[in-house]
Amino acid sequence: MKGIEKLGLGLFLIGLIVFLIIPFLGTYTLSEDLVLAKTKDIHQEKMAEILEPMYGKEYGSSFSFLAAFGENFGTYNDQLKSQQLWDQVIWDDYSFALAFSALQSPVRENPWLYFGLSIGLAVLGGFLYNFRQYQNEPAGIKNNGIFHSSLKNKGLIGMLTGSFLILFYVVLYWFPAYLVNLVWMVSPISEILSGNPASQWFLYGLIYTLAIIVMGIRMFRKYRGNKYQQLRTASVMFFQTAFAFLIPEILVLLNQPYFDFKNIWPLDYDFFYDYQISAFLSGGGVGMFMLIWGILLIIVGVPVFTYFFGKRWYCSWVCGCGGLAETVGDPFRQLSDKSVKAWKYERVIIHSVLVLAVVMTVVTIANYFSGFSFLGNVTNQLHSFYGFAIGSAFAGVVGTGFYPFMGNRVWCRFGCPLAAYLGIVQRFKSRFRITTNGGQCISCGNCSTYCEMGIDVRWYAQRGQNIVRSSCVGCGVCSAVCPRGVLKLENGPEENRINDLPIIIGNDSIKINL
Amino acid sequence: MSQSRHIVIIGNGISGVTCARNLRKLDSGARITLISGESKYFFSRTALMYVFMGHMKFEHTQPYEPWFWEKNRIDLKEAWVKQVDFEGKSLLFSSGEKLAYDALVIATGSKPNKFGWPGQDLIGVQGLYSKQDLELMEKNTQSGVQRAAIVGGGLIGIEMAEMLAYKKIPVTFLVREKGFWDNVLPKEESELVSRHIREHHIDLRLETELKEILSDSNGRVRAVITSIGEEIPCQFVGLTAGVTPNIDFLRNTVLQVNRGVKVDEYFQTNIPDVFAIGDCAEFEKPPAADRRNIEQVWYTGRMHGETLAYNLCNKPVPYRPGVWFNSAKFLDIEYQTYGTVPPTWDESQVKSFYWEHASGKVCFRMLMNSSGQILGVNNFGFRLRHELMDRAIREKWSGGKVMARLKHANFDPEFFAPYYIEIQNAFKTEIGGHFHLAKKSFIQKLFGASV
Repeated sequence: MKGIEKLGLGLFLIGLIVFLIIPFLGTYTLSEDLVLAKTKDIHQEKMAEILEPMYGKEYGSSFSFLAAFGENFGTYNDQLKSQQLWDQVIWDDYSFALAFSALQSPVRENPWLYFGLSIGLAVLGGFLYNFRQYQNEPAGIKNNGIFHSSLKNKGLIGMLTGSFLILFYVVLYWFPAYLVNLVWMVSPISEILSGNPASQWFLYGLIYTLAIIVMGIRMFRKYRGNKYQQLRTASVMFFQTAFAFLIPEILVLLNQPYFDFKNIWPLDYDFFYDYQISAFLSGGGVGMFMLIWGILLIIVGVPVFTYFFGKRWYCSWVCGCGGLAETVGDPFRQLSDKSVKAWKYERVIIHSVLVLAVVMTVVTIANYFSGFSFLGNVTNQLHSFYGFAIGSAFAGVVGTGFYPFMGNRVWCRFGCPLAAYLGIVQRFKSRFRITTNGGQCISCGNCSTYCEMGIDVRWYAQRGQNIVRSSCVGCGVCSAVCPRGVLKLENGPEENRINDLPIIIGNDSIKINL
Repeated sequence: MSQSRHIVIIGNGISGVTCARNLRKLDSGARITLISGESKYFFSRTALMYVFMGHMKFEHTQPYEPWFWEKNRIDLKEAWVKQVDFEGKSLLFSSGEKLAYDALVIATGSKPNKFGWPGQDLIGVQGLYSKQDLELMEKNTQSGVQRAAIVGGGLIGIEMAEMLAYKKIPVTFLVREKGFWDNVLPKEESELVSRHIREHHIDLRLETELKEILSDSNGRVRAVITSIGEEIPCQFVGLTAGVTPNIDFLRNTVLQVNRGVKVDEYFQTNIPDVFAIGDCAEFEKPPAADRRNIEQVWYTGRMHGETLAYNLCNKPVPYRPGVWFNSAKFLDIEYQTYGTVPPTWDESQVKSFYWEHASGKVCFRMLMNSSGQILGVNNFGFRLRHELMDRAIREKWSGGKVMARLKHANFDPEFFAPYYIEIQNAFKTEIGGHFHLAKKSFIQKLFGASV
C-alpha cells in the first residue's frame, strides 16, 4: 500500500469513528412547548400530561432521555392496555420527533463541521484509497488474495464489519431516536434539496448514495479495461444519485409527491398502499403520471425489457439494492453459497415472498375499492408484518448486514419479489443467455466462485451448455474472470437458447443422431 | 449391458472422471470405481494456481459436490495403486489391499519432467502438477525466499511466475528457446507474450538453460547456475520443462509401454480389457496429421474419456478428434487457437495474415492454404467463438469469408473494443477480398470502447 492509500484508509477510519461518536454527544431537555409542537392534535393534551415529569430536566445522553421517555410513556400505555382500553392507547411513536427537538448538541450547532469530520472524511478517505488502485499494473483480473483476506473471507474483520452493519440497520429501523444527532448533521443538506429538515431516511439515503459513488470508483479501477463493468457501474451510480436520491427530494421541494421513478412494485411494496394512492390522486397531473408510470413499469416495462435484455437491465444496471450490491458489496461476491441445497432454499423463499407481496397487494386494493370495509384491519396487520419482516428485516438487516457472511446478493437472491418476477420472465420468455463457448471450459471454477447469485456457472459451462437461470442478474463477472474466454452475456434468438450437447464440440469420434 | 461388470479407473483427473460420468450415463448397471491417491474428489488441475493466489479455495476447484458421486453410484477409492496383476485382473494398493476389476482404465496423467540436473532433488526445488505439489509450493514459499528461478518456458512456467509474483517474490525465468513457448507459437505471438511477461517485472532470460542447482548446508537450494555460467542466488526453483506420462508403476510388466502406455485408436492396450486415456496414453500413430502421439491437454483428455466410455458400452468407434482448439492465459492476456497454426510454415504452401494492435497486447493470425482457405487462427487479447471457427475450418472457408463473418465470430463481452473492424481493414489492405467492413452499432458508438 502506497502513501496516499494509507492516508485514505486512515481518513476513512477517522471519519467512521467520528460518525460512531456523534450519536453520544449533547444533552436533551424537554419542554411542554416542544411536546405540543411535535405531537398530533388528538394526543397533545395527553402527551403533555404524561411527559410532565421530564420538563426542564437536562438529560446527559440519548440513553437517559429515552429511558425516561419510555418509562413515562410506557407506564401510561401499559396501564391502558392492562385495562383493555385499546382505543385510548397511544400507538404513535413520538420518541424520534421528541428526541430530535429536545437535543442540544454541538452537532446541532455546527452540522457542517461534524458532517465534514465524519461522512466528509470517510468519503474523502474512501476516494483517496480507491482512485488510483492498481495504477502501475496492467489491466486485468484483480482477485489476488481475496481468500487470504480477513475482510473478504469471513475472518475477524469480516465478522466485525457484518456485525457493525447489522447493528446499524437495527438502530436505523427500530431505534432511530438514538440517531438524532446524525440526522441534525445532515439536515442542512436536506433543507437545500427539499426545503425540509432531514429524517433518518434522508440520512440513510445520503450515506447509501455516497457509498455507491465511492465504491463505484473502486469498481472503475478494479475492472479497468472491461467496458461492460464500467458502464453498468456508471449506470447504477447515476440511477441511485439522480433517481433514488435527488429527484424525489426535489419533487418535495416543488410540492409534488415524493417518488422514485425507477422503483417498481413489488420491490416498492407500498406502491398500492392507500396513503400512496391518495398521494398520487391528490398530486394533480404529476401524481397521476406517477401512478400510470408505476403501473406501466410493472405490466409493460418489466416484461418487455426483460424479454430483450434479461433481468440485468434492472438488477445490475438500475436497481438501488443492486447498485449497493454491485459496488459496496463487490468485495464479498465470492461468499455466496453455490450448493444445490442453497438453490433449493432460494427457489422456495423468493417465490414465497413474491406470493406474499402479491396477496398483500391484492387485499390492499380490494380493501381500497370496497371503501375500507373489506378486511380493513387485516390489511394493516399485513402491511406492518410485511414492512417489518420483509421490508426492514430481510431487505435491510439481512440483505446488507449479511454481505460479509453470505455474499452481496442475499436479498436479491432469496428475498426480492421483483427479482422473482423478473426471473420468471427471464427464464421462460427472454432473449438473454450466457453463451458457453463450445468446448473451451477447463472447469477451473472462477465463474462459479465469483457468481454473486450463487449460480454454479461451471456446471453448465463444462458441458458446453448455455446458462439460462432465472436468478442471473447479468453482472458479467463470470465472463470477466474466465481465463479461457468461455462465457459471453448475449441477447439473441430464443431458438437454441437452451442447448444440450451430449458430445462436446471438438470430438468427431461419436455420431449421435439428435 | 452387463449387470455387474466392474470397471475400475485409475486416476480421477479430467479423463478418468469424464469416462466415469459418461459410463454411468450409458450403462446404469455397471459398477464403477474411481481411484485416486491425490485427492478424494475430482478437482480442476488447471485451477491450482488460483488457489495459491487466493482467488479460490481448494474446494472451489471441485466441479462436483460430494453427493454427486454417491447419487451417480461412482465409488471413490482414495488410495495409491502399487501394482497391477493383469492376469488375475486385480490391483494391489500401497496399503496391501486388493481390488478386482473386469475392465481397467489407466488415466494416471503426467508428472513434471526432470532431466537429471545436478541438485534437482534439493529442498525448494519442485514442479507443479498435483495437489501435493501445490501444498509443497505453499510450504516452500512461505518465508525466506528472496528470489525464485523457473526453468522451462511453457504454460506451467508462466503460471508459476504469476503465482510467485502474487507473493511478491522476484522471478528469474530461464527459457531454453529463442522465444517464449516458440515451439508452439509463431515468432510474433511469442514476442507478444515475452513483452507482457517483462511488463510484469519478471526477469525473462531467453536462450538460457539450467546447468546446475546449488545447495546450502541444509540441503536447500541457494542458487542456480545457468548455461552461460552465471550464478543466480535463489531460494526456490520451479521445474516446468514439460511433463511426461506418470506410469512408472506399470513399467516392466506385461503391459506394453514406451513414454506412455501404448494404445491403438480405440484406447486399447496390448492386454484385453485394459485401456489407457489422457496424458498417460501414447497412440501408435497420431490421431490426426496435426496431432502428436501423446496428447497432454485438458480438452483431449476429456475427449478420450468421452470416447472410451462410449466404446465400453457400444460398438467401439476409433478416436477421431475434430478441429484442434486450445486456450491459455498468459498473466493478463488470453489466448485461443482454432485449427492448425504451427510455429513455422512453408511459405510457398501457406499464407499467413497477421494483425497486431498498437498496444502490442492484442493480435490475430490466420493461416491459409495456397488456395486461400483457412487452416487455423491464433487470437490473443480478444475472444473468438468456438462453434463458428470450428465450422469455418471444417468447411474450409476462404479467408475473405472468415473476415466477412468476423463480427459474428467475435466473443468479447458487449461494449468491448471492436478489434474485428481493424482486422478486417488490415486484411482488405494486405490480402484483399470482397466483404464489407462491420459497422459499429449506434449504442456501440455511443458507449462502447474504442479500438
